[in-house]
Amino acid sequence: MVSDAVLEGDRPFGWTQRLICLYGIVWRESLRFLHQRERFISALVRPLVWLFIFAAGFRQTLGVSIMPPYDTYVLYEVYIAPGLIAMIQLFNGMQSSLSMVYDREVGSMRMLLVSPAPRWFLLTSKLIAGVAVSILQVYAFLVIAYFWEIEPPTWWGYLTVLPALALSGLMVGALGMLLSSLIKQLENFAGVMNFVIFPMFFASSALYPLWRVQEGSPWLATVCRLNPFTYSVELIRFAFYQQVNWLALAVVAGCTAAFLGAAVIAYDPARGMLMRRGG
Amino acid sequence: MTVVAGVMPKAGVSALSVEKVSHAYGARIALDEVSFDVAPASFTVLLGLNGAGKSTLFSVITHLYVSRSGAVRIFGRDVARNSGAALALLGVVFQQRTLDPDLSVAQNLAYHGALHGIRGHETRERGAIQLARVGLADRASDKVRFLSGGQMRRVEIARALLHRPRMLLLDEPTAGLDIKARAKILAVVRALVADEGIGVLWATHLVDEIRDEDHVVVLHNGRVLANGPSRSIIGAAGARSIGEAFTSLTGDGREGGEW
Repeated sequence: MVSDAVLEGDRPFGWTQRLICLYGIVWRESLRFLHQRERFISALVRPLVWLFIFAAGFRQTLGVSIMPPYDTYVLYEVYIAPGLIAMIQLFNGMQSSLSMVYDREVGSMRMLLVSPAPRWFLLTSKLIAGVAVSILQVYAFLVIAYFWEIEPPTWWGYLTVLPALALSGLMVGALGMLLSSLIKQLENFAGVMNFVIFPMFFASSALYPLWRVQEGSPWLATVCRLNPFTYSVELIRFAFYQQVNWLALAVVAGCTAAFLGAAVIAYDPARGMLMRRGG
Repeated sequence: MTVVAGVMPKAGVSALSVEKVSHAYGARIALDEVSFDVAPASFTVLLGLNGAGKSTLFSVITHLYVSRSGAVRIFGRDVARNSGAALALLGVVFQQRTLDPDLSVAQNLAYHGALHGIRGHETRERGAIQLARVGLADRASDKVRFLSGGQMRRVEIARALLHRPRMLLLDEPTAGLDIKARAKILAVVRALVADEGIGVLWATHLVDEIRDEDHVVVLHNGRVLANGPSRSIIGAAGARSIGEAFTSLTGDGREGGEW
């Protein structure tokens, strides 16, 4: 009789092990992020270009009337800041999806998936690691935006926006993960830009309030209302002003669950997309 | 296909048991009823050309996906049904490089340890032992980028041993390495079999890595053409070497032989 007691595999992979595992994944992602300075700088420059050039240019053209959560007229820069924050997260989520495609090709995704932890847990941990990085990027942006007079009504806004960032980061990250299971090649990130990032960003309330879109094009306003990214933006906008937009919260939470569920199925060993193409 | 629900291993249980595993991508059959066993403390060579089905087989053994039929067990633990327990006993060295080049050797090991739920200080202790085993004790703080190809492979072997697996899977571990580096890696892995009693499955297409006493599984076009000790495969093929035997088994267009 082979003595089974000595085999480590029979020690259950409990919550302590899972916590160590989650910590390790977040730690590695952060280390990698710190080693990729260009990625950090480009993640920061992109929204700043929008803020300093685009928003400044449109300042005179577009006035934003009083609408919740704002209780006074706000400058256009102030209006688009939450949209730019959500954009940082959208890019980061899609970039993590790119890194998953890349990871899978160089094999470190396979390395991750031979961990004895349940697969849904590994994928969620990977997702949380990406969100942690995106939150770092957002706060770096907020520091610079502060000197551009974009600030919450009180300092508490910096704290209340945090859960909104976590949830909205999870949503776009889960969407990216789902896409990563469907994308075959690295080059397709250009496709992701054209067919996912740009439409999601432009057909949302990131750059213009929905009532203004409605005046110009009712069907576009409908598209914006169906776009989950709109609700990410609004969730962040309200949270920055220490308010909760319940509809946005419900939509973002629901979409996060749906995207993550679909991604876990796509990566499921028995049903997933991986086997069809021969990993 | 017999499916045993429990995980109670029988006496003399195989380190790795592949049982009638078949898999297809659409209409293309990649694996056709592949069966073989790897005994504990044995060095088993999976010999096959590129496209023989080795990659698919490794994906199934490592639970990247589940085969359409058949079962894979690691010390009796079914990879599809009890994957956590099975994977905990399995160490893997993939054909692709899977180390993070920007991180140090120690950081790479720490990440792998965490994936297996091992605490940081324990990973450091185990890592030091395994790095010494592969002759890289003094390189822990070096960036992986500055290691040679052979050294990276040895780090990957050390990493695969961190969680103390009883079965080690290596996919073309010597591909692209020079003779000296190849010999070193072979020596390290053969010592693991002899000293630690680990079961090894070594996938390759290089016949000069095989010794007469090794167990050899010849995989060709998704089917097992031969399965036995190297010297009996040579004998049965009426060949002078395993290379000749392999050529005569696979070279004349026969789809499958009787073994």
